Amino acid sequence: MSTDTVEPVAETLKMTGQAAVTAALFQAMEEDPKVLVFGEDVADREGGGVMGTTRGLSSRFGDLRVRSTPIAEQSIVGAAVGAAMAGYKPVAEIMLMNFITVAMDMIVNHAAKLRFMSGGQSQVPLVIRTLTGAGWQTAGQHSDHYEGWFAHTAGIKVVAPATPADYKGLLLAAIQDPDPVLFIENSRTLFVPGEVASDQGPIPLGKARLAREGSHISLITYSGMVANCMAAAVELEAAGISAEVIDLRTVSPWDKDAVLASAEKTGRAIVVHEAVRHFGPGGEIAATIQEALFRKMKAPVRRLGAPYSAVPFAKPLEDAFLVQPADIAEAAKALCAYE
Amino acid sequence: MSQTLENRASPDAATQLDIFRRMLRIERNDEFTRTQIRRGRITAPYYSARGQEVIPATLSNLMTDDDVICTIYRGIHDMVAKGMPLRPLWAEICGRVDGTCKGKGGPMHLTHPETGVMVTTGIVGSSMPIANGFAWASLLDGSRRVTVAYFGDGASNIGAFHEALNLASVWKLPVVFVCSNNGFAEHTRYENATSVDFIAKRAIGYGMPGYTVDGNDPYDMYAHAHAAIERARAGEGPTLLECKTFRFMGHVFGDNDSYMTKEEKEAALAKDPLVLFRQHLLETGAATEAQLEEMKATIEAEVQDAIDFAFESGYASADELRRDVFAEEIPA
Repeated sequence: MSTDTVEPVAETLKMTGQAAVTAALFQAMEEDPKVLVFGEDVADREGGGVMGTTRGLSSRFGDLRVRSTPIAEQSIVGAAVGAAMAGYKPVAEIMLMNFITVAMDMIVNHAAKLRFMSGGQSQVPLVIRTLTGAGWQTAGQHSDHYEGWFAHTAGIKVVAPATPADYKGLLLAAIQDPDPVLFIENSRTLFVPGEVASDQGPIPLGKARLAREGSHISLITYSGMVANCMAAAVELEAAGISAEVIDLRTVSPWDKDAVLASAEKTGRAIVVHEAVRHFGPGGEIAATIQEALFRKMKAPVRRLGAPYSAVPFAKPLEDAFLVQPADIAEAAKALCAYE
Repeated sequence: MSQTLENRASPDAATQLDIFRRMLRIERNDEFTRTQIRRGRITAPYYSARGQEVIPATLSNLMTDDDVICTIYRGIHDMVAKGMPLRPLWAEICGRVDGTCKGKGGPMHLTHPETGVMVTTGIVGSSMPIANGFAWASLLDGSRRVTVAYFGDGASNIGAFHEALNLASVWKLPVVFVCSNNGFAEHTRYENATSVDFIAKRAIGYGMPGYTVDGNDPYDMYAHAHAAIERARAGEGPTLLECKTFRFMGHVFGDNDSYMTKEEKEAALAKDPLVLFRQHLLETGAATEAQLEEMKATIEAEVQDAIDFAFESGYASADELRRDVFAEEIPA
């Protein structure tokens, strides 16, 4: 590089995850006329979504490409499957993750399987955006993290960002992806501002992010629990424990290489997620670490997740339901003391 | 019956012959399939559509190659009528690598986009919400492509039917909902599971035309299918066709029909639409005996060729389990 060239420095913008999602949708629709956005209340006539995430899209791109739908999740995902197979890139919004339950057939039996069952003749490049997470006191039917169900279903990718930059970059990648992607927005992170490069492009799916480097223990996490792990890492640092935080970004397919490399380096690992621990994604990740690194680990791999209950309403119960930074720090200290 | 069609299109002699040829191709293919199953050469659940030939034969006559269908597990007749080549169809029924889906879908999940066979679902009712997506794509493309969603009377009681008809109506989608009402949902008699005497009445609730059609009469089928397809093509929206018919071979091949009376089955068999239409073609001079015999021989040769092709084909390797899960192959 010659001395007189100035490397262009991308401007950095401060925005929330939600604004990043909106920006990604605008960018994707601008770049590719095949991208469609639809779901309950998403058009401007209906306010651009109950959260306002899709505000402005229908005015800009027209009501044929951006459509509000009836409250009929099965028919929303069904239309996404058909439109995707016909060559479009539908981004369907299922307002909240619990509402996906009434569209399970379309996702599990159709979106995820039609490529395989057709021997590769069909492709279903759709994205389902959905919001979830405890913390808003919306109780047992508005806040579950069900990513484990979909990670268990062959043929659909599951993306769960934690930062505004990732909300934008991963959504752009999900829309470009040739396969169905479930894109999970978390209620506690979506409205937190952060730095996003003004030219933020797609971030590859299936690649983890090193959120914090450390040497004593690996905290493997994603979505809303990244923030809790980062807070725990600060607390641990004060106690002389250097915690590494791996943000998976994509739950399925997950970045085994990054996780195993970190676990091998530190010799200790805790998988932390918001979903109920019982049969949660943490089981798969912990088992994979132990299968690969049994003799190299200095302590058993632990899992932290929600207790085996529905998401409760009352604030103290909701707080107890969620894995808190103190829980993570305590577990990490115990593993570091493990003989 | 909910509505009466005003302007009835009528099939000319050439059209009638084309419809009959499609029916015969379905019937011969079905007969040969059952023979292969009886001989133990194919192990698969088989949902024969014997007796329901008129419905897809007529609709397919009115569809172009660009028009698409979403069909169901009892759907091989829909594919054969649409023009799907028999070699890959048979190889798929036999689970072979030369099958249209490499043996990964089987007889309940045949797909052949070249002839517009886009989805075959084994889930009752699920053809309809997906058909809406294809129809929406037609609006986006600005094309005149029509989507036909096939399903049975049982599927009119599942939520997918109701959600799909509502959305199709609100969005004025170019889709035709074709219900083959054969009187039984699996083993359950129509009236024991359905709230209305005619499924076509349900169209009223969704603001679209709904017709009860004699699904075994090519003239009645033609008139209604013509109206529904033309309405879709003109951008006027969806139609529900309830096509009354009868399943000659029960729910799944091999079931014992204990849920129906001998008399009603015999009455239906006595009015075999294939036999009746053949008679009609001969009586009206639309075809000669020799012509129809030659047609039958040609079709049988085609089916036999497909069977031979299928059984000569091998099975896919286990590597196929890592392919087509995603666009990118999963590493071993």
